[in-house]
Amino acid sequence: MFGFLLRRVAFLAPTFVGITVVAFGFIRILPGDPVLLMAGERGLTPERHAELLHQLGFDRPIWQQYLTYLGNLLQGDLGTSIITKNPVLGEFLTLFPATVELSLCAIFLAVALGVPAGVIAAVRRGSLLEQAMMGTALVGYSMPIFWWGLLLIILFSGILHWTPVSGRISLIYFFEPVTGFMLIDALLSGQEGAFGSALSHLILPSIVLATIPLAVIARQTRSAMLEVLGEDYIRTARAKGLSPLRVIGLHALRNALIPVITTIGLQVGVLLAGAILTETIFSWPGVGKWMVDSIFRRDYPAVQGGLLLIAGVVMVVNLVVDLLYGLINPRIRHQ
Amino acid sequence: MRYRLCGILAATLALSVAGAASAKTLVYCSEGSPEGFDPAPYTAGTTFDASSKPIYNRLVEFERGTTNVIPGLAESWTVSPDGKEYTFKLRPGVKFHKTGFFTPTRDFNADDVLFSFNRQLKKDDPWHEYTAGIAYEYFDGMSMPELIKDIVKVDDMTVKFVLTRPEAPMLADLAMDFASILSKEYADQLAAAGHKEKLNQEPVGTGPFQFVAYQKDAVIRYKANPDYWEGKQAIDNLVFAITTDAAVRQQKLLAGECQVMPYPNPADVPALEANANIQLMEQEGLNVGYLAYNTKMPPFDKVEVRKALNMAINKKAILDAVFQGAGRAAINPIPPTMWSYDKAIKDDPYDPAAAKKMLADAGVKDLKMKIWAMPVQRPYNPNARRMAELIQADFAKVGVEAEIVSYEWGEYLKLSKAEDRDGAVLLGWTGDNGDPDNFLAVLLGCDAVGGANRAQWCNKEFDDLIQKAKVTSDKAERTKLYEQAQVVFKREAPWATIAHSVVFMPMSKKVQGYKMDPLGSHRFDGVSLAD
Repeated sequence: MFGFLLRRVAFLAPTFVGITVVAFGFIRILPGDPVLLMAGERGLTPERHAELLHQLGFDRPIWQQYLTYLGNLLQGDLGTSIITKNPVLGEFLTLFPATVELSLCAIFLAVALGVPAGVIAAVRRGSLLEQAMMGTALVGYSMPIFWWGLLLIILFSGILHWTPVSGRISLIYFFEPVTGFMLIDALLSGQEGAFGSALSHLILPSIVLATIPLAVIARQTRSAMLEVLGEDYIRTARAKGLSPLRVIGLHALRNALIPVITTIGLQVGVLLAGAILTETIFSWPGVGKWMVDSIFRRDYPAVQGGLLLIAGVVMVVNLVVDLLYGLINPRIRHQ
Repeated sequence: MRYRLCGILAATLALSVAGAASAKTLVYCSEGSPEGFDPAPYTAGTTFDASSKPIYNRLVEFERGTTNVIPGLAESWTVSPDGKEYTFKLRPGVKFHKTGFFTPTRDFNADDVLFSFNRQLKKDDPWHEYTAGIAYEYFDGMSMPELIKDIVKVDDMTVKFVLTRPEAPMLADLAMDFASILSKEYADQLAAAGHKEKLNQEPVGTGPFQFVAYQKDAVIRYKANPDYWEGKQAIDNLVFAITTDAAVRQQKLLAGECQVMPYPNPADVPALEANANIQLMEQEGLNVGYLAYNTKMPPFDKVEVRKALNMAINKKAILDAVFQGAGRAAINPIPPTMWSYDKAIKDDPYDPAAAKKMLADAGVKDLKMKIWAMPVQRPYNPNARRMAELIQADFAKVGVEAEIVSYEWGEYLKLSKAEDRDGAVLLGWTGDNGDPDNFLAVLLGCDAVGGANRAQWCNKEFDDLIQKAKVTSDKAERTKLYEQAQVVFKREAPWATIAHSVVFMPMSKKVQGYKMDPLGSHRFDGVSLAD
């Protein structure tokens, strides 16, 4: 197992270097530069434009800029946002807990509903229930997130008044954050009703963000279960007289979970991409919205740093998934 | 998540918001996050709404709801006969905000004025580059470095601005956001502590509201300044709930989660108007959207050709399709709400048949041209692509074949300045200070050719008029000069003037005393909330 872990970690280093190149090059491929965008219709003289580019160091050859960036990176310096003038790492760490909190809730929702739905659909194959569930999953998978979010807001917040429209907690609560996770901070604050308010603010964005992963997980679970249910060992288990619950829960599901866990791991990338839209609709102060703003403003250091950190998170999650995979399937860790 | 805040204020606000029933909190669903809280390095209205408007004052201010310049931190001023010296008598007894991170030991004085301007003016000022890559875009953009020769502290309560030339719009310039007055004492404290960057994060001003906390991309909290020189505000707490999507802002307003929202979707305006709990304010924006021909390139160097094309454009169709009713047809290059607007000028009539004949008379046959469509949405042009398509269809009716081109926004702004540019450019302008010079000289002056003058139009008669108006201090006389300049503009037609947008501001009926700012900002001083 240790060797397996080492091999996986060794793979990360070149991937990480590759990501620095992509993160650095990506934003520079886009036409336009931050100085022009800052000036807008007002415009700048060519001399002033050159002066400002020089101040920011963007007039140097690209390879020099890259080497400086890499050098700073090795010292843990991700640079300073050219718009807000704040350190990029600080901004990311300020916003990241909000994205993690939302993503965790969404993935929890997606797994808690998606796996049972997939199992039921597989077990009740051909039934009306299966068709309804898989039809719903297909609709969920194809749902345009922005439209879906607005629809939920209009129905549950606008018409029924069951949930708040947007934000992370009601504005009447005001406390200094400790962890950055609103649910935990609300509890720590000791203010009456704060936790409930934070929880109610999580409901709609979690549903919206969970919609696509939920559909994917349900469909994946169903197909994996169908495959496993046809195996000989399942027939044997049934022939032994085990209860259907034991056959499905212990024998079938455990084996079917292997591809499902891979799918769940891959959904982390999907979640972070979905978070961009979800965070925008629900005014959720996370890294998704921050990245979009930074791209529009050509805030090179923020985009580079953000991409790198997000890619790092996805890489770590994939590593964890690989390890979990090894735990569940002994054949993998012995390869 | 890290709030930039002070413990005592935080606790006070929490208690006052959650506990005291009498505390009045106004929540504004703002459209975006401020880039920082020092107004000088920025140019975005969203940043000014959150920084200079609530937190700071300037020597002179725009009167609420108008572009009239009134005394602010300067009680009075005199201008020397040659128009080159402005002497300001400062207001005594003005206090800077007392916050958890700063306690002022003295009142506002001339040192604060010198600090606020010299850091932008002098490259060797220790605060000129207080964070890496900082630039004072507005200060530079308004030509202040060339204009201001010196700023002199006459005594503790008197400051003199010495200019290199007479400049009539100077007072209006000093009412702009970049001219906000910051505390030198606070800056010294930050410098001593080695935390200069906090000037942009934890602001201290003299304004009607003082900063309490900012949770990035989510919420900004202010409380009323108890020592404000004009008296404490009627609302105790001001909260900006940052909500970028217009439809979500509207839902928040309807659900009572905020009381005021800017920039509704034009399509939603009728529903908001019909809502019994909402009051809808509207005002013509201080902006203009235009199509600028390249007057240096044939056949657009001929007035008749430009006039003919102007007559081919069906502005009403554009207003209906692109502005969805939230716009007015533009006749002059300045908006009707601006002083010196010439109401006597008539627009070129929409007459495709006459236009076709004029083109033929001018010897123009089978004309092919490009129309540049901006890739971004702006108040003066909510959908440039659609507008370009409509104009393309209009031009086709008079035998002109137009091709629509577009570029990334930064590139668009750069390429459209080229003097040999091919084609007519859709663009616009939003006023900075309510002075006609800010439109006419910036966009149509000879100095601006190759820059913001996208028509590359240099007309001596026009330029002489606006240059004369720039150095004339008598407003009545300036008005006459600008009226004459507008006549020349209309006759020469370097642009097709398309539209001025109408800005809507929906708010709860509980909000009282709100005045829409013709300059497009959102101010909450003087606003109260009914029970």
